[in-house]
Amino acid sequence: MLAEDKKRAAFRALEDRILNGEGRASPEQRACAFSNVGLSRPLDGLLGKVATRPTQVTDADFAAARAAGFSEDELFELVICAAVGQSARLYDAGLAALADAVAGEEDG
Amino acid sequence: MRPDVLNRGYGPGTRLLFALIRLLSRQPVPDAAKLVFYRPDFYGSRAKEFTHEAMRGPSAWSAGDRELMAAYVSQANENAFCVGAHSATARQAYQDEPKVAAVLADLESAPVEDGLRATLRMLGKLTREGKVGAEDMRQVLAAGVSRQQVEDALAVCAAFNTTNRLADAFGFEVLSPEGFEAGAKYLLKRGYR
Repeated sequence: MLAEDKKRAAFRALEDRILNGEGRASPEQRACAFSNVGLSRPLDGLLGKVATRPTQVTDADFAAARAAGFSEDELFELVICAAVGQSARLYDAGLAALADAVAGEEDG
Repeated sequence: MRPDVLNRGYGPGTRLLFALIRLLSRQPVPDAAKLVFYRPDFYGSRAKEFTHEAMRGPSAWSAGDRELMAAYVSQANENAFCVGAHSATARQAYQDEPKVAAVLADLESAPVEDGLRATLRMLGKLTREGKVGAEDMRQVLAAGVSRQQVEDALAVCAAFNTTNRLADAFGFEVLSPEGFEAGAKYLLKRGYR
């Protein structure tokens, strides 16, 4: 692990802001959107697509979430949390695989 | 864009700036640029900082290489807006249109160095499948790519997996070829901050 990686630090700063900073959606909702776990209907439709099949998001997904009482600003935040959350999982998976590969080389 | 607040939720200073950009570039303001001005304290400020660091911060990869990675990841996510924007930027950075087109058409036969090819292959797999293993990484390292370069490439991958998702969810409008060229010129001159 390199001591100082400004790129990773900047990503963690973004993560920390959207999860723990001030927002219209509650920190609990933002955490669920980020992890794509424990979302209630119909929010799970919109945010699940953002995480795993974003090309399939439609106006109807937003309309369903609005009809369930979520404001546009809450949806703005929750969509961002879902997108950054999936990217964080990819980033972590890549870094873990890299660490494994390097550890293997050092052992061998 | 959707929700509608992303079309109308800007203050007078920001609207003036958008008007100035339209006037100077003679192109509409790209939705990717508008998004970072909406409640910038929530997302835009830190997103710009991270994306700039990933795309223009210190790295053994050139800006052109990283723009090509951005285009390649965006293609894996089937995101037309970001493929258009970052293939245009990679073409201008490299001053090599055929090279960028070849990578996006068929990575394995494209005229690029083995290290860049192996890195793009790994980023494509991670983006499409959501996972990679140590063996995938060993292949990248064996092609002459340093550990730090792999980390740098993963930062580009994270930045564009985020942006691709937001482009789809918020419904970014795909620009004309002239619009993408104007955006590319700006991104090479000024970066992402």
